[in-house]
Amino acid sequence: MTQANTVGRAPTSPAPTKILVALDVNGRQRQLTVAPWTTLLDALRDHLDLTGTKKGCDHGQCGACTVLVDGRRINSCLTLAVMKDGAKITTVEGLATEGALHPLQQAFIDHDAFQCGYCTPGQICSAAGLIAEGKAKSADEIRELMSGNICRCGAYPNIVAAIQQAMGTMAGRS
Amino acid sequence: MINFQYARANDVADAVRMIATDPTAKFIAGGTNLIDLMKEDVERPSGLIDISRLPLKGVEETSDGGVRIGALVPNSDLAWHPLIEQRYPLLRNAILAGASQQLRNMASTGGNLLQRTRCAYFYDIATPCNKREPGSGCSAIGGINRIHAILGTSESCIATHPSDMCVALAALDAKVHVTGPAGERVLAFTDFHRLPDSSPQTDTNLHPNELITAVELPAKGFPANYSYLKIRDRLSYAFALVSIAAAMELEGGTIGEARLALGGVAHKPWRDSAAESALRGQPANQTTFEQAADILLRDARGYEHNTFKIDLARRGIVRTLTQAAQATPQSQSDKKIR
Repeated sequence: MTQANTVGRAPTSPAPTKILVALDVNGRQRQLTVAPWTTLLDALRDHLDLTGTKKGCDHGQCGACTVLVDGRRINSCLTLAVMKDGAKITTVEGLATEGALHPLQQAFIDHDAFQCGYCTPGQICSAAGLIAEGKAKSADEIRELMSGNICRCGAYPNIVAAIQQAMGTMAGRS
Repeated sequence: MINFQYARANDVADAVRMIATDPTAKFIAGGTNLIDLMKEDVERPSGLIDISRLPLKGVEETSDGGVRIGALVPNSDLAWHPLIEQRYPLLRNAILAGASQQLRNMASTGGNLLQRTRCAYFYDIATPCNKREPGSGCSAIGGINRIHAILGTSESCIATHPSDMCVALAALDAKVHVTGPAGERVLAFTDFHRLPDSSPQTDTNLHPNELITAVELPAKGFPANYSYLKIRDRLSYAFALVSIAAAMELEGGTIGEARLALGGVAHKPWRDSAAESALRGQPANQTTFEQAADILLRDARGYEHNTFKIDLARRGIVRTLTQAAQATPQSQSDKKIR
């Protein structure tokens, strides 16, 4: 990133400088120039045209903006893009491999784990993070550790079933 | 959000120097609360000093048998760290009761201490709030105050501190290590947060130019007899109406050392040495627990919509102490309260 900013180093407050940020997004190196207040969510959607990640509440309450940063699930709406310079980002667009759906994507189809679909990219990225964490085993534990993802259509029972199926599929592969 | 400048601190000394140069700037680590408050125009820093890459991410045993937690350890990593799971399960359970996994992955240990109240009037810049705008008045005292404090309130503010983690840290007698221009100092956890009195705009006794570097736990972690019970409007991902951290040592049926701290009831995690004294040396039974609850709540005061919290806290204290005594801590995934 450029070092043109002056916070903490000068008493005046000049106009904010746009900052160059390098991100690995779904395996592809991307460079973008953003204002400091640009969230990772807005950077993905508005600067990189990756609109799979959704803006729901924009306050970290709904989980629609969930992406994986260096393998961990986070709310991209509460993350500044400049703070993730050099990070590896995985969005819902990056889960499928060579034309094959990710086991979670297939499981969500198999279990009809959505209605309107708006929360689904966040649900799937969150579930990918949950499976990588390896802490949730029972349905109760899946529900608790998925509670940061709201589904206003109320597809929760099918979402839990889909995650259980994907956990089985992925455990069988490894 | 208003315009702001952004810069990264290279080390702790650099961070302290930068904040001294520009006192209207703020440190940012996880950002889960600060970014949200900036979107609402509640916080309007001139700049953000990014401390997220500083080397404060260790969880290490100390020479006296305790554990030192770096200020930038994410809440999720802390909850699931083997030293915490084995020796301080009360802290693990309190952390896992708070927020969502996405937020816990982002939120730092130091930042958790510094999160602001979730009082709706504090967030709504169209309403008076002494915490947001000193001297403007308190909208909650005569307003919708169902989630507000029942202990340690003032005529200026009845907001609560929102953290679960801090309730456990208060119960466990943690210490907070900070660094400022004058060097390092250590604060007892119960001295870190403050009551609102006439200056509710000040949440803590941390000086504006100081940086939290670590939280230290003493050796005693009460891994056998503990429980964290969080009572809220929905069963997950909601702030506490009342939460209770209880821990004790038991010899036969008699209580040795005991700890009791409450969240959701005051401007800071609420601990009461008189209530803990009433537990020490007594039989671990309902009568003892009820006496401790009555002592802790002796000065509790309800407002129009939150008087229910006094009874809720009393029952919750008795239930949580019972869970601790029976070594059946409240599960954070099976929501049944037993």
